[in-house]
Amino acid sequence: MTSELDQSADVDKGPDVTKSPAREFPGAGLVKGLATTFKTMTRHAHTVQYPDQPPELPPRTRGVIALLEENCTVCMLCARECPDWCIYIDSHKETIPAPPGGGRERTRNVLDRFAIDFSLCMYCGICIEVCPFDALEWSPEFEYAEFDIKDLLHEKDRLREWFWTVPAPVALDPAAEEPKEIAAAQKAADKLLAAQKAAEIVALAEPDAAAGAGAKTGTGSGTGTGTDSGAEGDG
Amino acid sequence: MGGAAHWWLEVGLRLVVILGFFLVVPLLVGQMEHKAMAHMQGRVGPMEAGGFHGWAQLIADGVKFAQKESVVPADADRAVFQLAPTVALLPYLVALVVVPIGPGTQVGVALDVGLFFVLAVMGVGVLGTLMGGWASANKYSLLGGIRTAAQLMAYELPMLLSAASVGMAAGTLSLSGIVDKWQWWWLPWQLIGAFVFFVSGLAELQRPPFDMPVADSEIIFGAYTEYTGLRFAFFLLAEYAGIVLLCLLTTVLFLGGWHGPFSAHLGWLWTVLKTLVLSFVVIWLRVSYPRLREDQLMRFAWTALIPLALAQLAITGVVRVL
Repeated sequence: MTSELDQSADVDKGPDVTKSPAREFPGAGLVKGLATTFKTMTRHAHTVQYPDQPPELPPRTRGVIALLEENCTVCMLCARECPDWCIYIDSHKETIPAPPGGGRERTRNVLDRFAIDFSLCMYCGICIEVCPFDALEWSPEFEYAEFDIKDLLHEKDRLREWFWTVPAPVALDPAAEEPKEIAAAQKAADKLLAAQKAAEIVALAEPDAAAGAGAKTGTGSGTGTGTDSGAEGDG
Repeated sequence: MGGAAHWWLEVGLRLVVILGFFLVVPLLVGQMEHKAMAHMQGRVGPMEAGGFHGWAQLIADGVKFAQKESVVPADADRAVFQLAPTVALLPYLVALVVVPIGPGTQVGVALDVGLFFVLAVMGVGVLGTLMGGWASANKYSLLGGIRTAAQLMAYELPMLLSAASVGMAAGTLSLSGIVDKWQWWWLPWQLIGAFVFFVSGLAELQRPPFDMPVADSEIIFGAYTEYTGLRFAFFLLAEYAGIVLLCLLTTVLFLGGWHGPFSAHLGWLWTVLKTLVLSFVVIWLRVSYPRLREDQLMRFAWTALIPLALAQLAITGVVRVL
């Protein structure tokens, strides 16, 4: 109808220029625009009414950092790796007296204070990555806004409360490699089974020397248990 | 004496009804804009105010505007600045007085030159924006005001020409007379005129996609930049009142006003219904199209709408003579 309408029609059909080399009817793009908005109106909204409707969070959501105090050995790795130094740890050493069977006294670290300042935290997750004993975990909880910024400093009891909200680990992808822990345990179990079978075969083959062979296999299975516990230790 | 009292009562009642219409329907259109625009963008719009789907959102907005401080810039032309929102809003109320809602006496004042009066008064409404733009002592306001003036110059002509075409067709300038004479075949006959009238009316109201005078990405909010509180709310209300009046006029002039089934009893309902449907189209256009550039805006008016309006005049003349 007019040059204006032609121009906007051109703009509208930008993506599929290759489809039709022939010029569309003037104003076709305008009609297409109206149709698009009308169609969108008849469909459901894409938004979520958040306070009334809880959001669907992805499984690895970084909501808040939770602490399982018992797993912490005060190695200070998290505090040192934290890019903005928002983890505060206080501890003292305690001496464990020598066991009655002999040996020497040992010292262990006792955690006095573990606090994360979430007003500084940038949710990079390095502390969780670096923790060798899985004392820190991500929790998907995110509703802990405060009126006073000082209240964003979560002490260890509050950090522990978050731990009960930590979800179970996400299931592995079906095509994924088997976890090392399972492989190691399976290997140990296989070994044990093989040793048992060998013992049975030996027992069947030499019923006379059963007692002596039994003692031998006993040592064999003992080694197997040793490997087993070693594998667990690796895990 | 008794007759005079009766007359005063009737006039008072008519004015109250018109004032009620003026205060309620623009809010209805505003709420429709909130919700329709939201759903067209895949949102749900206001949901909290008033409980049910945010029906009281505009009332809440009004309370908010009333609480805000009304600031007058130090360098502003105080009197003109303060007068501008009223000048923008009142003409739409005045114009509403002569628009017939239903057959017979369902009109504030049946004026013989109703069409002429309405168009003249609607033009005054735009002056409020001009005044605000000039008096604000702000370069963005001034730019917005100048753009408004340019737009008024460009689009007033096609609007008047297309309205004149209807006047020619009906042989009267009375709005009630035009609706009385209206036949269904006027719809195709005056189709071009309806298009030109509606589009240039949109442009005169500075509604998107013709909202260059308030293009917020370039000139903040044009002539309304310096306004706050209730004065700003008046400008906003004027915009919605303008939409209602434009849709009402398009209905009366081109869509047959109260004509429809059971028009003897439900004529007013047909008028209101057609007006609301047109208001929806106004909102629909706003959501669907991006803003026209200033040069596109001008070229569209001078090279498209005015020739179309003249063509419509010619068609109307030829058919009338035949």
